[in-house]
Amino acid sequence: MIVAVMLLLVTAGTVIFHFMSPWWWTPIASNWGYIDDTIIITFWITGVVFVAVMLFMAYCVLRFRHRAGQRSEYEPENKKLEWWLTIITGIGVAGMLIPGLFVWNQFVTVPPGAAEIEVMAQQWQWSFRLPGKDGELGTSNALLINGDNPFGLNPDDPNGRDDVLIEADDLHLRLDVPVKVSLRSLDVLHDFYVPEFRAKMDMVPGMVTYFWLTPIRTGTFDILCFELCGVGHHDMRGNVVVDDAAAYEKWLQEQETFAQTMARAAPPMGQETDIALKADQAVARTSPQD
Amino acid sequence: MVDAAQDQVNFVPPAEVEEVELYHPKSWITKYVFSQDAKVIAIQYSFTAIAIGLVALVLSWLMRLQLGFPETFSFIEAEDYYQFITMHGMIMVIYLLTALFLGGFGNYLIPLMLGARDMVFPYVNMLSYWVYLLAVLVLVASFFVPGGPTGAGWTLYPPQAILSGTPGSDGGIILMLVSLALFIVGFTMGGLNYVVTVLQARTRGMTLMRMPLTIWGIFMATVLALLAFPALFVGAVMMTLDRILGTSFFMPAIVQFGEQMEYGGGSPILFQHLFWFFGHPEVYIVALPAFGIVSDLISVHARRHIFGYRLMVWAIVIIGALSFIVWAHHMYVSGMNPWFGFFFATTTLIIAVPTAIKVYNWVLTLWRADIHLTLPMLFALAFIVAFVNGGITGLFLGNVVVDVPLSDTMFVVAHFHMVMGVAPILVIFGAIYHWYPKMTGRMLNVPMGHFHFWVTFLGSYAIFLPLHYLGFLGVPRRYYEMGDTSFIPDSAQDLNAFVSVIALVVGLAQLVFLFNIGWSMVKGKKSGPNPWRATTLEWQTPETPPGHGNFGEALPVVYRWAYAYGLPGAKEDFVPQNLPPDQVMAEGGEDLGAPAAQPAE
Repeated sequence: MIVAVMLLLVTAGTVIFHFMSPWWWTPIASNWGYIDDTIIITFWITGVVFVAVMLFMAYCVLRFRHRAGQRSEYEPENKKLEWWLTIITGIGVAGMLIPGLFVWNQFVTVPPGAAEIEVMAQQWQWSFRLPGKDGELGTSNALLINGDNPFGLNPDDPNGRDDVLIEADDLHLRLDVPVKVSLRSLDVLHDFYVPEFRAKMDMVPGMVTYFWLTPIRTGTFDILCFELCGVGHHDMRGNVVVDDAAAYEKWLQEQETFAQTMARAAPPMGQETDIALKADQAVARTSPQD
Repeated sequence: MVDAAQDQVNFVPPAEVEEVELYHPKSWITKYVFSQDAKVIAIQYSFTAIAIGLVALVLSWLMRLQLGFPETFSFIEAEDYYQFITMHGMIMVIYLLTALFLGGFGNYLIPLMLGARDMVFPYVNMLSYWVYLLAVLVLVASFFVPGGPTGAGWTLYPPQAILSGTPGSDGGIILMLVSLALFIVGFTMGGLNYVVTVLQARTRGMTLMRMPLTIWGIFMATVLALLAFPALFVGAVMMTLDRILGTSFFMPAIVQFGEQMEYGGGSPILFQHLFWFFGHPEVYIVALPAFGIVSDLISVHARRHIFGYRLMVWAIVIIGALSFIVWAHHMYVSGMNPWFGFFFATTTLIIAVPTAIKVYNWVLTLWRADIHLTLPMLFALAFIVAFVNGGITGLFLGNVVVDVPLSDTMFVVAHFHMVMGVAPILVIFGAIYHWYPKMTGRMLNVPMGHFHFWVTFLGSYAIFLPLHYLGFLGVPRRYYEMGDTSFIPDSAQDLNAFVSVIALVVGLAQLVFLFNIGWSMVKGKKSGPNPWRATTLEWQTPETPPGHGNFGEALPVVYRWAYAYGLPGAKEDFVPQNLPPDQVMAEGGEDLGAPAAQPAE
């Protein structure tokens, strides 16, 4: 009796806790509401199974508890029942998997025309790079990194000259514009995650990973590192600000490009060693004349 | 459907091989210390595993103190916290659960349940334990080297694990990798033994499809471990080389704290593939023995055959096979090619089907049964609650796109603790309450057992259920402290404090269990040879605890499957596997259980 009642209480407690929990996902700020929908489907299918199994077990404990002279029924197999249970389970699993894969297909397919930005991680800070007016990020290489070139950009790549570099400051994104987030790490694994966006991906030194999203509401959100990256892991924070178009343009005007930072870093006289100038010449060589 | 059971009745094949000469110990040392008897080795394995498990328990208290009451305990720095979580995870998964299920229960039960005198390679079996002990000692030593043990997380992901930003990157990580390699060497010796014993040393009549599900679970888990551990072994060796000799298996070009490092060209993701090719089967290395044992606990204490035995066996085999093609579901957001997600999500969700069948068959075994709510039964019921709960959250994490927001949150922590922490440990407790009388000849104290059961079951459920919801909120795992985070309300901290208090209580309740183990050995009620009136061979030994060679003069002959409970017309409500057919039926009973001998196929 006590055991059956406790099983019922645990079941009821679980269901009540689920619906009353004050801890639930944050209000979404990206297009990935589909992910939330898939989770809701999963909750209903698995929740029904959980409650059904628990109630059945509680009933058995109550009804078939030992009494004097009682013997169990001998029915080692029941093919029909076993087949039905297998088929119903298969349908339930398909009901979760199919919508899941459908949404995953959207997740891995970046829409054409998405803006591209880069997030760069290192122990234990975030940096960001925007492609500048040409809309393309310049190439980079970890071996080029030094105090004057913290992103390791290739100074000979014209695409990189106008890249906007943001260190130790907030990232801004434009409302309603799809953006492909390219991810790079200099040292160990990190993971760029904004809970309101629902989308995350590890950042792996030696390669570039990505995900994409469309911000759907303005606001300031926390960036957290979501892959253990050493003793400072929990302090690796940042902010992302979603702006409307006007506020975004205003912010963008205030940022420095790669060419500007290199010019600032270069010695004022030694023109032969001025990387920025060389890069300027490289641009002149490769740009179309008109 | 009675005929389904009848191919499991009566047929006894002729003896094919002669009995092998047993090793007989000549002194106290060779009998109790460097023992070649599987029962002694089992107890050595069990005590060592439980002892190191207590270290993991204390580590979990320390990390819960930090999570529940941040900025309160000045002796817990961030370095310490990351070392606690790493060592807690590694000890629990490898040095406690794997060692206890396979080295402990495997050694004790395989020969006894199969009607063998011992393992087929007793000397190697002995070495297996001593190498395991060495692995544990190396692990413990890492707490005492400069810099302390590694704090890289139990997954030991490079490059982080061997770089200076991580605690224990001096000596700790090297000792960790050496200890893992030793563990695998020791396990391989034991594992080969278990497999060969199951395949070669079963007594006459013990066909594979008459084996108790406990043995099926342990056997399949051992096969998985023999195939999976080598991947971890090579991963550990390669990382050791990266760390000591400066090779670059897992290390790309790295700029750390502004300095260019010597590494270049390696792949961090390669390690993750090696790790999880081991790591996912590892889940089933722990789960399958638990599945098997719990099937037997339910059947014995519900006085009913396990429902759908053949399907249960096939489910174990299918789960084992599938567990080798799902590993990358731990890596959906690792940066591997995202198209892998389609394949691994599909295989992962398919594995839910045989797993669900096992759950159905456990609860269907209770249908029209004669349920005795003994302590092993209570733990088995609690296992089903925890396992169903933890299993369904696996369907969230296995479904690739759902995993994206949830991965590396507290939801993951809650999921794997429920499914491969709480659930298997409840089975271990149930199994100890069940087999303790065979090991000692005495029953464990029941009131102490009830206290232990209710605190452990309700407490651990109350710890891990709410943590799922912190994961939904977006609370990350492996965070020393949350600090100021805009989306986390103050109530989350209250919940963490609550969970920490419960964790301390549940941990302390284990002291009652340990006391019970010691107290009952002296004061416990005498159990007799077969207190649960069970059918399997370990309960039919002439001596309790079983003596050297297990079965006295002659090995038992097996006439039927392990689940002849409630057989219509039989004298008793259970028919031991070795009871000759002519003694089964009551006077005037219908001659149902003793048809003429027939071939198994």
